[in-house]
Amino acid sequence: MRAYERLEVKDLEICLAGTGRDVVSELSLTVGAGEVLGLVGESGSGKTTVALALLGHARRGLEITRGEIALDGVNLLTLSPQEMREFRGAKVAYVPQDPSAALNPTLKIGSQLTECLTSHPGAVDEVRSRVAEVLAEVRLDAQPEMMKRYPHQLSGGQQQRVAIAMAFCCRPSLIVLDEPTTGLDVSTQRHVLETIRNLCKTYGVAAVYVSHDLAVVGGLVSKVAVMYAGRVIELGATYPVFNTPVHPYTRGLLAAAPSPERAEVLTGIDGQPPRPGRRPQGCFFAPRCSFAIDRCRVETPAPVQVRSQVVRCFRASEIVHAERERVVLTPLPDSIAEPSLSLKDISAKYGSQPVLHGVSLDLAPERCVAVVGESGSGKTTLARCIVGLHSNWEGDIRFEGNPLARGTRRRSKDVLRRIQYIFQNPYTSLNPRKTIGQILAQPLDHYFDMSRREMSDRAAKVLQEVSLGEDFLGRYPDQLSGGERQRVAIARAIVVEPDVLVCDEVTSALDVSVQAVIVELLRRLQREHGLSMVFITHNLALVRSVAQKVVVLNEGRIVEHGSVEKVLEHPEDPYTIKLIEDVPKLAPADEPVLSGY
Amino acid sequence: MAVAVAPPPARSLRWSQQHPLFALVIRRTLVGLLTLVIVSIIVFLATEVLPGNAAYAILGKTSTPARVRALEQQLGLDRGLVDQYWVWFTGLFTGHLGTSTSNGLGVWAQIEPRLIDSAVLVFVAGIIGSVLGIVLGAMAALRKDGWFDHISAVAALGITALPEFVIAIALIILFATTVSHVLPAVSLIPPGSYAWNDPKMLVLPVATLVIVIVPYIQRMMRAAMIEALESDYVEMARLKGLKAWRVVFVHALPNAIAPTIQVIGLNFLYLAGGIVVVEYIFNFPGIGQGLVYAVTNRDIPIIQFTVVILAAFYVFMNILTDVIALLATPRRRIAR
Amino acid sequence: MTALAAPTEPQEPAVRSPRTPRRQWLAVLGAAARTTRGRVGLGIMLFIALVTVIGPFVTPYSSTAIVGSGLPFAKPSAQYLLGTDVLSRDVLSRVLDGGWVMLVMALCSTVFGVVVGGAAGISAAYLRGKWDGIIMRTVDVVLAFPQLVFALLFVSIIGPKLWLIVIVVGFTQAPAVARVLRSATLDISERDYVKAIELQGVKPVKVMWSEILPNLITPLMVEAGLRLTYSIVVMAGLAFLGFGQPPPSPQWGYMINENRGGLIGGNVWAVVAPTILIALLTIGTNTFTDAVARVAIGIEGRPQEALVLNEAAVAETTLGETA
Repeated sequence: MRAYERLEVKDLEICLAGTGRDVVSELSLTVGAGEVLGLVGESGSGKTTVALALLGHARRGLEITRGEIALDGVNLLTLSPQEMREFRGAKVAYVPQDPSAALNPTLKIGSQLTECLTSHPGAVDEVRSRVAEVLAEVRLDAQPEMMKRYPHQLSGGQQQRVAIAMAFCCRPSLIVLDEPTTGLDVSTQRHVLETIRNLCKTYGVAAVYVSHDLAVVGGLVSKVAVMYAGRVIELGATYPVFNTPVHPYTRGLLAAAPSPERAEVLTGIDGQPPRPGRRPQGCFFAPRCSFAIDRCRVETPAPVQVRSQVVRCFRASEIVHAERERVVLTPLPDSIAEPSLSLKDISAKYGSQPVLHGVSLDLAPERCVAVVGESGSGKTTLARCIVGLHSNWEGDIRFEGNPLARGTRRRSKDVLRRIQYIFQNPYTSLNPRKTIGQILAQPLDHYFDMSRREMSDRAAKVLQEVSLGEDFLGRYPDQLSGGERQRVAIARAIVVEPDVLVCDEVTSALDVSVQAVIVELLRRLQREHGLSMVFITHNLALVRSVAQKVVVLNEGRIVEHGSVEKVLEHPEDPYTIKLIEDVPKLAPADEPVLSGY
Repeated sequence: MAVAVAPPPARSLRWSQQHPLFALVIRRTLVGLLTLVIVSIIVFLATEVLPGNAAYAILGKTSTPARVRALEQQLGLDRGLVDQYWVWFTGLFTGHLGTSTSNGLGVWAQIEPRLIDSAVLVFVAGIIGSVLGIVLGAMAALRKDGWFDHISAVAALGITALPEFVIAIALIILFATTVSHVLPAVSLIPPGSYAWNDPKMLVLPVATLVIVIVPYIQRMMRAAMIEALESDYVEMARLKGLKAWRVVFVHALPNAIAPTIQVIGLNFLYLAGGIVVVEYIFNFPGIGQGLVYAVTNRDIPIIQFTVVILAAFYVFMNILTDVIALLATPRRRIAR
Repeated sequence: MTALAAPTEPQEPAVRSPRTPRRQWLAVLGAAARTTRGRVGLGIMLFIALVTVIGPFVTPYSSTAIVGSGLPFAKPSAQYLLGTDVLSRDVLSRVLDGGWVMLVMALCSTVFGVVVGGAAGISAAYLRGKWDGIIMRTVDVVLAFPQLVFALLFVSIIGPKLWLIVIVVGFTQAPAVARVLRSATLDISERDYVKAIELQGVKPVKVMWSEILPNLITPLMVEAGLRLTYSIVVMAGLAFLGFGQPPPSPQWGYMINENRGGLIGGNVWAVVAPTILIALLTIGTNTFTDAVARVAIGIEGRPQEALVLNEAAVAETTLGETA
C-alpha cells in the first residue's frame, strides 16, 4: 500500500524577529503515514527551529515568516491561537531533547500524563485506561506508584519514555522528536529508538526525527533530510543517501564518521557553519567545500534531482562520479619497551562510593591506549587519578618506573609537566578572561625560565602545529569555535613538551565533522612528538583510528583488554560484544527498515 | 551542557537523604542555636568589656568612683567575666534579665508589650507586602515588556534602596501633615493598650514597611516567573496544547514561588531592622523605638536583650523560610 | 551531572564579539553609561556629587550660624532661599554643607566591606573545608544582627565616632558580598580552566588572584554598587536617629529629624530638601548599579533579571548550604 502524505511543508522560512535575517529558508518536505523522516544537521543548522515550527511554535526572538505546514491537509500556520492550542498535543506532538528539563519538576508524572488527555476532550474515550495503555506501549509499568512519582525520581531513560508516552497518548498524526536519545547511554538509546519505530508503524503516525548524528538516524528512518545553515541540502531515501551521498557536505559528514570496522584516516570538514546574518553569498557551504567553483560563491543553487536524491549543488551531477577516498592506516608495530606509564590494581572512590576496582594497564612509550566505557564506568575518574586531579585512590601508578603521588600538590613540577591532560569540554577549559597568547604562555612561565619573547615565539610555533594562525594569539576564547578552542587546549598541553598526554573524551562536545579533524590532529601530533597517549572515549568506533591497545571498562572493572584489532574484531566479553552491537551503524545494512505500509 | 566528572550518586541513601525535611530542621536548629550562643557572647562582651566599662558608660561625666562601684554591683560587674556571662545567659531563659538602668523597671516587663506591638507591625507589613509583591511580579512577568511591566520596573527601581525614613517622611507629608491630615503622624498608643486596638495608628508604619519590601519581592517574583515561563517544561506544556490558565497556574506559578519564598524570608529579616527607624519616626511603641531610647540612654540590659531577640528572630525566620522552600520543591523534599 | 555516554549536542559557540576589551571593568562601566538607566543614574549621581563637593564652598551663610530673626522655621525668602530651620539657621547652607561627610564615609565603608567580604567569600569557596565553615559561620553570625542594630550596638558602647561608623557599617556589608562571591567562586573554581592551572601545581593564592578574580569583576562591580547604596541608607539612618556627626554640624539625615516640627505650618523645605537629596542619591547609585548589572549579565541576554539575580544568588547560597 502506498503511504499517503500526512505532512507537507512548503517553502518554510523562519527569521530572527524584526530583522528579516533568515534562520531557516526555502524548506520543503513531505512525510507519509507510518514514515519516519530524519532531519539531520550539526549545531546551528536550524533543525530544532524547524522541529518547533512543525508545531506552529517559534521560540522568543524568532518568527515564522513564510510558507505552509499542512498536516492532513490543514495548514497549521493559518489556524487561530485557540485552534492551534487544540491542534497541539492532539494532532501533532513533540518529544523534547532533554526530558529532565521538559518535565515539570513540581508535578507528578500522573498529572502530567493525564492533563494531555483532559485538555483534549474527545481525543480518547477513557482517560485512565488510555494512560495505562500508553505506558505499556512505551514499556513503563503503569503501577499507581509510577503515577505518583516526581520526574526527578525516574532515571533518564524512564523520563524519556514518559515524554514519549505524553506525545503518543492522544494518538496524534505527526510526532516531532527532537534528539530524544541525546544524553542516554547507548543501550537505552536503542530501546527507546525501537519503541518509537514500533509505535509509528503500528499507528501510521508520521514522524520527524531531529538529530545531529547521522549514525543514530541511519537505522531508524526511511528518509533523510540533511540540513546546513538553515537549508535542506540533500533529501532522499536513507539507503541511497548513506551509500551514494551526493552533496559535498553529506559526503564530508559520512567520511568524518569513524568506523569500527577499519582503521582509516578520518577526514573532517574544516571551518564552521555560518551564522544567520553572516551567511555568505551563493551556496552557504562553498567556503568549506573542496568542490566549490566560482559560480558557487555567487549564485544560490536550487534543488535538483540527482539519482533518487534532491540536492542543492551546482556540481551534483559531476560529484556523483567522484570517488570517495579512504586512506587506510598502517598499524604501528607492538612496542616491547618498558612501559612509560603503568597502573597496577587501581581502586578509586568518590567519597565512600567505590568507582574503580583493581584497574591495571600499561602504556608503552610512543603508543596510544584507549579506555572505553559508558557513563559511570569510571573512565574519567581513571584519567583524573593519573593526572592527579582525583586523589582518593589505592594502588600503584608508575611513571617511567617511579611511583606517582596521589594529588598534584605532592608531585614534582617536572612530573606535572611531563604528564599533560586535555579536558572534555573546550568551552570550559579556557579562561574566558585571558587571550590565547596568555593561556599558552602561562604554563611556559610556570615550568620554564623564559623571557617574554621566547614565550610568545613558542606560543606562536605551537599554534602553527595545531593549524591555527599566529593571529589567534591576541584573541579571547569566546571568539573561537569549539574546534578552534579544542586545538588551543591541545596546544596548551603540548607546548610544555610532555611525554604523556591524557585525553578525556576530547571530542564529545564537538560536531562530528570537527571531531574527525581533532582526532586526526591528535593522532598526527602523537606520532610526530613521540607522545604516549591515554585516549578516553565512549565511542568504540573512534578507537580504531587512534589507538593500538584498548581497555574496556564496565562499572569500574576492566572486562576486556588487548590490541584494537583483536578486541574490535573478535570481542570475547559479553559486555564488549553488546557495546559493539550497540554502536549505531552508519550505513543501513539492507534496504530501509520502514517504507510506510 | 552536562559535561561532567562525578559518577552517579550512591544508591544507598543515608537517613538524611530519606528524610530531608527533618534533617534540614535538625541541622538548621543546631547551627541556629550555635549562632545564637555566639551572638549572645558578642553582645555580652561588646557591652561589658569594650573601652570604658558599662558602668562608666552609663554614668558618663557624672561618674565618681563610688557611684561607679555601686552601679558595678547592681550590674554584677564585680564578679568574674565568665560568671557574669553565665548569670546573664541563664537569665535569657528564665526571664531574670535584671533591671533597666535608666528607669529601674524589669527588662522583660518593659520589653514584652513592645515585642507584641512590633510583632504585629512586622507580620502585618510582611504579609501584605509578600502578597502584593507576588501578585505584581507575576502580572509584570505575564505581560513582559508591556506598559505595566515597564511602569512597575521603573517604580521598583526608584523605590528599592530608598531609606525607610525617606518613605516615612514622604507619607507623613502626604497624609499626615502638609498635604492632608487624614492619618495620624504619630502612633499614640496608650500604655496597657496594643497597636491593633486602634488600626488607624498602624496604617502609616505598615504602609512604609510595605513600600520598602514590595519592590524586592516583586522583582524576584517577576524574574522567577519569567524564568519559569521560558523554561523547557512550560514550552512543553504549551506544546501539549494545554489551556493558557493551566500553563500559568499549574506549570509556571508553583515553580516561580519557590525561589521567591527565599526572598520573602530575607525581607522579613530586613523588616526586623527596618522597624527601628520606622517605629522611631511614628513614635510606635515597639522594640525598635525602645532600642533607640536605650542606646540614647545607654541602657545596657535593654540593648543586650533586644539584640538577642532580633538575632533569635533571624535564626527562626531562616529555618522557617528553608522549610517552606523545601516543601515547595519536590525535587529536594523527596529522595530519588 | 553525570558523564554522558551518548554524544552530546555540541554547544553553540558564544557570539563572536569583535574585540573583548582588556579593561573589562571600564568597558562595562562605559556600556552601562550608554544605557538609558545608566545615563539617568550617572546624571543623578553627578548632580549629587556636585552639590556635596562644591556645595561647602558656595554656602551663602555659615551652616552652623543662627541667622535672621532667630525665630525657627522662617519660610523661604529672597534672603534665605530655602528658609530657616528649627534653630533659625539657613537651610540652603546646611543642605550644601551636609552631604560630603556622609558620602565619604559611605565610600570608605563600601571599599572596606567589598574588600573584606570579597576576600572572605572567594577564599571560603576556593579553599573549602574548614575555612569555608569558619568563614560562613562568621557570616551567619554577623547577618543575625540587622545592619542598623549592629551599628547601634557599637555606637552605644563606644559613642558616635565617625571612624567607628565607617568600620561597623563596612563590616555589616561584608557578609552579603561574601555570600555572592562565594557562590560565584564555587561555580568558577569547578571550571576546567581552573583545574588546568591546578594541574600545574600552582599555589592557591595565585590561582585565586590570577585565574578566579578576573572572572569575578562584574559581580564585584555590581556588589560594590549595591553596597554603596546600602551604606548610604544605613549611614543616613544612623544620622537620622542622631548617631552621626555631633550637632551642630549639618547632616542631611539629622536635618530631617530635627526639623520635623516644621512640617505643620512651618518651613517644609527644611525637611523636604534633605529628604529629596538623600532619595536622589540612593536612586542614582541604585539605578546606575542596575545598569551595570544589566550590562554585565546582558552580554548573554537576560538583562531585566540582573539585579534580582543578585538577590537570588543570596537566596541560593542559603539554599545551597542545606543541600
